[in-house]
Amino acid sequence: MAKYTYSFYPGCSSQTGASSSNYMVSVRTMCEELDIQLNEIPDWNCCGASIGYAGGGELPRLALSARNIALSEKHNPNQEILATCAACWLSTREAAERLQHDAGIRGECDQALAAANLTIKNTTPIKHMAEVLVQTIGFEEIRAKVKKPLSGIKIAGYVGCQTNRPFGIAGESFENPQYLDNLVTALGGEAIPKYEKKVQCCGGALAFSEPDKSQEMIKGILEAAYDHGADMLVTPCPVCQMNTEVYQDQINAAHGTKFKIPVVYYSTLMAVAFGRSAKDAALNGQVIPAKKLEEIAG
Amino acid sequence: MNTNVDNTAPAQKYRTSFLQEVEANVEEGHWVKMCMQCGVCSGSCPLGKHWEHPPQEIFMMIRAGKREAVLTSESMWMCTSCYNCIVRCPRGLPITHIMHGLAHYAKRVSLVPDNQQTAKFAQLFWNNLALKGRVNELRLGMALYFMNGLGEGIKTALKMKDIGIDLAKTKRMNPMELLGGHSIKDLSGFKNMLKKAQELEAARIQPQNA
Repeated sequence: MAKYTYSFYPGCSSQTGASSSNYMVSVRTMCEELDIQLNEIPDWNCCGASIGYAGGGELPRLALSARNIALSEKHNPNQEILATCAACWLSTREAAERLQHDAGIRGECDQALAAANLTIKNTTPIKHMAEVLVQTIGFEEIRAKVKKPLSGIKIAGYVGCQTNRPFGIAGESFENPQYLDNLVTALGGEAIPKYEKKVQCCGGALAFSEPDKSQEMIKGILEAAYDHGADMLVTPCPVCQMNTEVYQDQINAAHGTKFKIPVVYYSTLMAVAFGRSAKDAALNGQVIPAKKLEEIAG
Repeated sequence: MNTNVDNTAPAQKYRTSFLQEVEANVEEGHWVKMCMQCGVCSGSCPLGKHWEHPPQEIFMMIRAGKREAVLTSESMWMCTSCYNCIVRCPRGLPITHIMHGLAHYAKRVSLVPDNQQTAKFAQLFWNNLALKGRVNELRLGMALYFMNGLGEGIKTALKMKDIGIDLAKTKRMNPMELLGGHSIKDLSGFKNMLKKAQELEAARIQPQNA
């Protein structure tokens, strides 16, 4: 039996051939090393993310998450729900809390679930992987697993929005959370605790609908990392990762900048530091290659 | 001064109908009256400078009965869901959710400005996830490029071509997704659930015609 077991909600972008499929590869590797067993919620659906409100309204949107919680309770009873995507985690936890606090909506949601032959108890805690790493596993245990320290790599911890607000990691501040910096340090890298754009919004879903406005914000996030001499950014969020990595050429063309800085997931860093291969760390999933990590991974 | 006066009575009497409408029909709308107009939300918004009316102003406009000006505004469509306003609001208003609620309500009463890009994208997103239970990123991307017509779509697709190639090369985009792609198994149960939820919500919300 694994040391840690969770009911796992991977989310749409983590699927094969989707935009954060590389995240999933490195998460699986990291979990092998830390002895975390992830039991996928059978037949999970999309959470609605941060843009589902407009088409979906309140009840249909909450029903999406309620279905996932109900399926988790049914198939993975007594296991805490764990999400790796910021939006998946936020939507699920938000829905759980709304249903706890609003009896009217809960009653309607029960009726909607009944149409899918499901019932919900709604007592399951809903965690983000970063929460589990920081609170349940802890930096000591992570440090003990390091075989190849990330020596000489300066890494800007870009926390972003939705893993940080409104819930965040207990004990961390909304304005200057330190957990990514602490993780980088535990892995032997050089953190930038004063990176001032660590909780700056990247535009989220509006990177699609309002690209110019979002790219102006992304430019600030990258610029500040360069100002601190960062070699790369690390993030816990698939949308943050995508937005800060893939638009660098467009931003360069529009603003005359010369950005070419890799953006990796915390799980990428951990897979490499734990001594795993470049493939296991999904370094081949980088649009902007993380060469310094490739050198360490060999 | 008589301290026994019930101060809620005049508030009830003079409350404008639009505030009542928002309280009754908009997600988390019952919080609107709690705003104390400090402006922290407006100052904390990452896209604040692009809002026609920042959240603080929206709250006052609701109380002033400016139904059309609020619901036809581009403002709430600028919300990136960063939750900065929520964590900073000294009164604890769930501002992000209220903005989402107003945006959705504007759609429900057909007052969204024509060609509002985020409104269009958001609807595409919902339609996409509702079809198979999971988002098909490739189809969503293509729908997004062409949502403003064919000519514009070709321009956008060309502009995005390099990013598409980058993502395909790194296996973060799969051209085969256009043919069907990921889906949940219990699609009929899923669709029944959404239909029921939509019916219940429509029955609860009765827009007032101002």
